[in-house]
Amino acid sequence: MLVLPPVLVGLVFAGFVVWRQTADLDSVESSQLAWPTIWRLILQHVELTFVAALLVVALAVPLGIALTRGQLRRAAPLVVGIANGGQAAPAVGLVVLLALWLDFGFWTAVLALVLYGILPVLRNTITGLQGVDPTLVEAGRGMGMSAASVLLRIELPLAVPVIMAGVRTALVLLVGTASLATFIGAGGLGEMITTGISLFRFSLMVSGALLIALLALLIEWLGRLLELLTRPKGI
Amino acid sequence: MTATNETQSVGQDAARNSEVSGAEIRLEGVVKRYAGQKTPAVDSLSLTIPAGEIVMLVGPSGCGKTTSLKMINRLIEPTSGAISIDGKDVRKQGHDELRRHVGYVIQGGSLFPHMTVEKNIAIVPKLLGWDASRISDRVDDLLDLVGLDPAKYRKRYPRELSGGQQQRVGVARGLAADPPVLLMDEPFGAVDPITRQRLQDELLSIQRELRKTIVCVTHDIDEAIKLGDRIVILQEGAHVAQYDTPENILAAPADDFVSDFVGSGSTLKQLSLARVNEIDLADWTTAAVGDSAAEAIRKAQTVGHDAVVVLDNRGRPVAWPWLRQLRNEDRIPSYDPEKLHTLDSRATLNDALDTMLTSSHGGAVVTGDRDQYLGVIDFTSVTDHMRTLEQQAAAATDGQARG
Repeated sequence: MLVLPPVLVGLVFAGFVVWRQTADLDSVESSQLAWPTIWRLILQHVELTFVAALLVVALAVPLGIALTRGQLRRAAPLVVGIANGGQAAPAVGLVVLLALWLDFGFWTAVLALVLYGILPVLRNTITGLQGVDPTLVEAGRGMGMSAASVLLRIELPLAVPVIMAGVRTALVLLVGTASLATFIGAGGLGEMITTGISLFRFSLMVSGALLIALLALLIEWLGRLLELLTRPKGI
Repeated sequence: MTATNETQSVGQDAARNSEVSGAEIRLEGVVKRYAGQKTPAVDSLSLTIPAGEIVMLVGPSGCGKTTSLKMINRLIEPTSGAISIDGKDVRKQGHDELRRHVGYVIQGGSLFPHMTVEKNIAIVPKLLGWDASRISDRVDDLLDLVGLDPAKYRKRYPRELSGGQQQRVGVARGLAADPPVLLMDEPFGAVDPITRQRLQDELLSIQRELRKTIVCVTHDIDEAIKLGDRIVILQEGAHVAQYDTPENILAAPADDFVSDFVGSGSTLKQLSLARVNEIDLADWTTAAVGDSAAEAIRKAQTVGHDAVVVLDNRGRPVAWPWLRQLRNEDRIPSYDPEKLHTLDSRATLNDALDTMLTSSHGGAVVTGDRDQYLGVIDFTSVTDHMRTLEQQAAAATDGQARG
C-alpha cells in the first residue's frame, strides 16, 4: 500500500510527459505548457502547501496543548468551534475576502490556507492529548516528573499518531485549496486551469487538474510516510 | 553483568538483609475536603506507619483509602493536617523533589508504552541525575530482583510483556532510586489470581531483602492479611475502624464493621496467617540444567524420588520433571521458568494448598530470596502443621477456660 501511490503517480506523470512531447499543440498551448512554466507552477503550488502546513503545525499544536491545560481546557470547545467555522466558510470566499482586506500575493494566500487548514491539526492535537491514559500522566507526576516533562516525554509522544493523522488531513486540504491561490495572484497550478478557462484551451484545464491531482496523491502519501516514521516504537 | 558483580551485589543485599531501609510516615489530623462536597473525603486521619513495615490500607470503595495514599506524595494536597516522612514535613519540600524519593506503583504497572523496560525503570534515576553506567547497573539489579532476566527483558516494550511481567517492571520502577518509602495503589488488582499470588509472594520476598516502608491500598482483605505487617481498616471518610496486626484483627475485630468486612470463614483465613517457612521443608533431588540426565535419574532413584527439581545456573528452580520425562534426554534440558509454579517461603498455607492442589506432584517447590531453591513442601507436612496449630489453639482456649 505504501509503494503503490508513488509508482502510480510516476506512471501517470510519465504518460503526461509523453503526451506533452508528442501532442500537436497550438502556439498558446505550447507556451503555457512549456516545461519551465509547468515547473514554476508546481514549485509555487508545493511552496504554498508546505509553508502553510508548517505554519499550521507551528500554530495548532501549541494552541492544542494550551487548550488541554488547566483553566484553558474550558475554552477548547469554543476555539474548536471557531476553527470549524474557518473550515466551513467557502475557501474561495475566504481567499478573496482576505485579499481585498489585506493585499494580493503569496502571504495572503498562505494566511487563507492556514485559516483553512488549522482545524484538523488543532482538533487532533486536543483529541490526541485527551486520549492519553490519565493514569500514565499520574504515574509520571507521581514519580516526580515536572508537568512540562510529562507533556514532552509522555503525553506528546503518545499523542503523536493522532496529531500526525491531523497533519496528513491538513496537507491534503491545503494542496487542494492552494489551487485557489491563483485568484489573488499567488500562482500555483490553479493558474494553469484558470488560463485554460479564459483562453478556451481544454488541454490546459485537463493538464492543470491532472497535475494537481497527482501532487495531492503524492503529498497524501508523504503524509502517511510521515505518520509511520514519527509513530513512537512500542505503541 | 559479570558473575563476580552478581555475587557482590547479592552479598551486599545479604548484608542489608536485617537493616531497615524504610522511613517512618506520620499523618496527623489529615483532612481532605473537595469543593462542593458536604462531608470531607478524608476526615481527620491520624496514623503512624513504622519504618520498614508493610501497612495495608483496606476498606470499601469510596472510603478515602486512595485519597489518603495520594496525600503522602502530594498527588492530592491535604486541606489541613500534617504529613511527615522520616520526620520531615512533606509540604516543606517541592512536590517533584519529594516524589522522586517516594516510590509509586499503581495498578497494572502503568508502564509508559513508548519506552522500553529499561527506559521505564531509568526515569527517576535520570531525574536524579545518576550517570549512565550507574543507571544501567541499577536496571540490571532491579530486573534481577523482580525475577526478570535483564538480558532478555531490558530492551522490550511493555506490550511485549504479560500482565504479571508488566506489574513486576512497575515494582522495579517504583524501587528504582532506592526510595525509603514505597506507595502502592491496588498494585495487583489487574492480574489473574495465580499471577497475583506469585506477585504477592515476590513482593514479600523483596521486602524481606529491602525492608522498605510500604503503604499499600487494596480492597481485598485476603491480600491485606497476607501482605500486611499491619492493616488499617478504613470506614467512610477514612475513619480508622481498626489498626492492628492481621492476627489481632482476625482474632479480635474491633466492631461489627470490621467483623463484617473481614467476613465469615475467618477461621479459614487463619490459614493465610501461617506461612510456608514455619514448616520443615523436605529435601528433594536437584539437578542443574546441563547436568547428565542419567546421573540425575540414578541419584533420584537411590532416595526413592520419582521426579527431579531442575535448577538454573543461578540456583533458581525452573522445572520439576518426572524421571520418565528425563529418560530420553542426554543432558538436563533448559525449561521455561514461567511454567513452574513455585511458592515463596513467605507464602501463606492457603496459597500452598492452592498450589499443591493444581500440581500433579502433590507438593510444591519453595523458593527464598531471589527465587533461590529451598526445598519442597507436601500435603502431609501442611496437614501435620495445621493439626499442631489446632492442638495448640485448643490447649490455649482450655487454659483460658480453666483460668
